[in-house]
Amino acid sequence: MEHSSSYEPKSSFAKWWDDRLPIARLMHGQFVDFPTPRNLNYLWTFGGILTFCLVAQIATGIVLAMHYQPSAADAFNSVEAIRRDVNYGWMIRNFHAVGASMFFIAVYIHIFRGLYYGSYKAPREVLWILGVLIFLVMMATAFMGYALPWGQMSFWGVTVITNLFSSLNEIIPGVGTAVVEWLWGGYSVSGTTLNRFFSLHYLLPFVLFGLVALHIWALHVAGQNNPTGLDIKTKSDAVPMYPYAVAKDAVGLFAFLILFAWFVFFLPDYLGHADNYTEANPLVTPPHIVPEWYFLPFYAILRAIPSKLGGVIAMFSAIAVLVFVPWLDTSRVRSAKYRPLYKWFFWLLVISCVGLGYLGAKPPEGAYVIWSRIFTIYYFAHFLLIMPIVGLIETPKTLPKSISASVLPSGSGAPQGAVTAPETR
Amino acid sequence: MTKAMKSGFLAVAVLMAAANLPQTALAAEGGHAHIERQTWSFGGFTGQYDKAQLQRGFQIYKDSCVYCHGLKRVRFRNLFEPGGPEFPEDAVKALAQTWPNKVVDGPNDDGKMFDREPKPFDPILGPYKNEKEARAGQNGAYPPDLSLIAKARNVEYTGTWWAHPFSMLRDVATGYQEGGPDYIYALLTGYGEAPADVKLADGMQYNAAFPGHQIAMPPPLAKDAFIKYQDGKGSLDDNARDIAAFLAWAADPSLNARKSTGWLVMLYLLVTTLLLYAGKRTLWSKIPH
Repeated sequence: MEHSSSYEPKSSFAKWWDDRLPIARLMHGQFVDFPTPRNLNYLWTFGGILTFCLVAQIATGIVLAMHYQPSAADAFNSVEAIRRDVNYGWMIRNFHAVGASMFFIAVYIHIFRGLYYGSYKAPREVLWILGVLIFLVMMATAFMGYALPWGQMSFWGVTVITNLFSSLNEIIPGVGTAVVEWLWGGYSVSGTTLNRFFSLHYLLPFVLFGLVALHIWALHVAGQNNPTGLDIKTKSDAVPMYPYAVAKDAVGLFAFLILFAWFVFFLPDYLGHADNYTEANPLVTPPHIVPEWYFLPFYAILRAIPSKLGGVIAMFSAIAVLVFVPWLDTSRVRSAKYRPLYKWFFWLLVISCVGLGYLGAKPPEGAYVIWSRIFTIYYFAHFLLIMPIVGLIETPKTLPKSISASVLPSGSGAPQGAVTAPETR
Repeated sequence: MTKAMKSGFLAVAVLMAAANLPQTALAAEGGHAHIERQTWSFGGFTGQYDKAQLQRGFQIYKDSCVYCHGLKRVRFRNLFEPGGPEFPEDAVKALAQTWPNKVVDGPNDDGKMFDREPKPFDPILGPYKNEKEARAGQNGAYPPDLSLIAKARNVEYTGTWWAHPFSMLRDVATGYQEGGPDYIYALLTGYGEAPADVKLADGMQYNAAFPGHQIAMPPPLAKDAFIKYQDGKGSLDDNARDIAAFLAWAADPSLNARKSTGWLVMLYLLVTTLLLYAGKRTLWSKIPH
C-alpha cells in the first residue's frame, strides 16, 4: 500500500531533527495516520496484544534474571527465593509464567484468524512466513524457559524432547547421539544443559523482537487484511490508525488483560504442573511426563505415529506445512466468510487441533491413540488435500463491491460524503 | 443478548453444575482415587488464610510431622510475618531457641563446623541432615520436605471425558487451586484396613487416597490418638484439615497479598476496559463500520 507520512514538524527543533533522523515522521506515517480497513473486528486486536505480551515477557524476564541462578544446585532454590523473599517476586514470577501461556493463547487466536480470513494469501506470503518463524522461535523460547525452574517436569520434559533427536540415528547411525550430546553439553541432561538453556532463553526473545519488527514491516507494506478479504481500493475503505484502530486495540488489550490478571492473581499454578514444585531428580521419573498445554497438540501428533523418527518428522512437519499454506490454498477468495464449503473444513481443523491438545495430555493407549491418529490425519489432509481441492471446486458467495460497501447500511450506492467525513476533515 | 446466546450460556451453566456431581463410580480409574473437595477459608478467588487455623496447623506440624519431615523453605520469621499464622514475635524467638533440630554453622576459628540454635532468619529444619541419613533412619523410606508439598501434589480429574472441559471451565471461573490441600486431607484421613484383595508389601500401610494405595508412612494421626488443641478440643478430622491448611500456607505464603492485590487489579482493569469501550463506541459511532 502506497502511503506517505503526513507528519509536519511543529517546532524548529523538531524540524532540525527531522532533517537528520526522520524517526518521528516514520512513526507518524506507520502508526498514526496509517490507513486501516474500517471493518476490522476484535480479532484484529491480537497483533497489538501479542506485541504487549512480548514486551511484558522481556520486562518481567529481565527482573527475574536478576534473582535467578542458572545452576543445577541453585536454580530451584532461587525460584523459591523469588516466590518467598524477593519483594513482589511472587507477582513478577506469576506474571512471567502465566504470561507465557497468555502469549500462546493470543498467538493461537491470531493464527486461526489468519487462516479463516485468508491473511496468508498474496501479497502477504512473506508476512505469513515470518509469522510461522515467530511461532517456531516462540516455542523454542518457551520450551527452554520451562526448563529453568529445574523442577521434575522441567528436567524430564527436557530429557524427553532432546532425546527425540536421537531418532536421527535411524537415518545415519551415530548422528542422533552426537546431536543429543551436543545439545546437552555432556552425556545426560545436567546443570550444563540448564546453563545453556538459560543463555538461549535470554537471547531468543531479542531474535523474536527482530522477527516481529520484520513482521510488522511486511504488514505495513501489504496493509492489513480484513473480514471481507478485499483490498483497500478507495480512501473511504480505510480510517486512520489513530484514533480509530488504536481505540479498538486498547479495548481488546484491556479485555485480554482481565483474563491475564485472573490467572496471575487467582490461578497462577492452574496452567502449570504440580510435579514442577518438586526439585529435579534424575533418579525418579514422574508417572506421566506432559509438556506445557501449548505444546500438547504437537505432542499428540508425535505420539500418534508408531515410529519414533516418523513421529519426530510428523511433529516438525505440522509446523513446516504452515509455510506452504499461501500456495496450497487455490481459492481466489481470501475470506472464509464468502467460502461456504471451506468454512466447514476450517472448523474441522479447529476441532482437530483442540482434540489433539486434549489427547496430548492423555496416556498413549487405547482409544486415545486412535483418535490422535484420526485428528493427525485430518490436520495434514486439511492443508495438503482440502485446501487445494476445495479452492478449485467451490463456488464462492458474491463478494461485496468494496470494504465500505460491506459496512454501509444500504449496501450499495452509498452517499460518499458520509463515509469519507472522518479522514478528509 | 440473543436467544441463542442465552440458551448457550444456560447449557454451559448446567453442564458446569453437572461436572460438580460426585464421581465415585469412576473412582480408582488409572490408580487415582477420587479425592473429595473440601471447603477452605483460603479457597477460590476470595479466600484468605484463617490465622487461627494456621496456628493450630503449626501445632500439628510441631507435635507430629517434625519428627520425620523438615520445612526448610519456611523460616521462623515467617511464623510472625503478616499473612501467616502471625504468632507473637517473642514467642517465635523463644520457639526457635528450643527447636529440637539445630542449624549447622561454621567453620569457626578452629576450622570446625558446629551446631547452634536457630535464629528467626533460619529455616525450620527436620531431624535429618540429608536424604541418606533419613533413609537410614526410616527403614529405607524418605520423608520428603513439606515446604512445597501442598503445591507439588494435585488431584487428577476422574470424571467422563465430555464433562472435562466444563469441569475445567468451572475451576477457572471459581479460581480453584486447592487440589494440594484436598489431597493432603484425604491422605491423612485415608488410612484403613486393606481390602481383602490387596496384598500389602512389607512395612507398608493401606491408604485410600495414595496413588497405588500402599504408603510407607505410618498413620501420623489416629482417630483415638489425635492432637488436642489448647482449648482441649480436636479430632482426627480437625487435625488433618488444619495441617493441610498450614502446609498450603507454607507452600504459598503470599496468597493473602496475592488475592487482595488481585481484586484491586481486577477492579482497575474492569473500569478501564469499560471506559475505553465507551470511548471507542463514541468515536466509532460517527462513522459507519
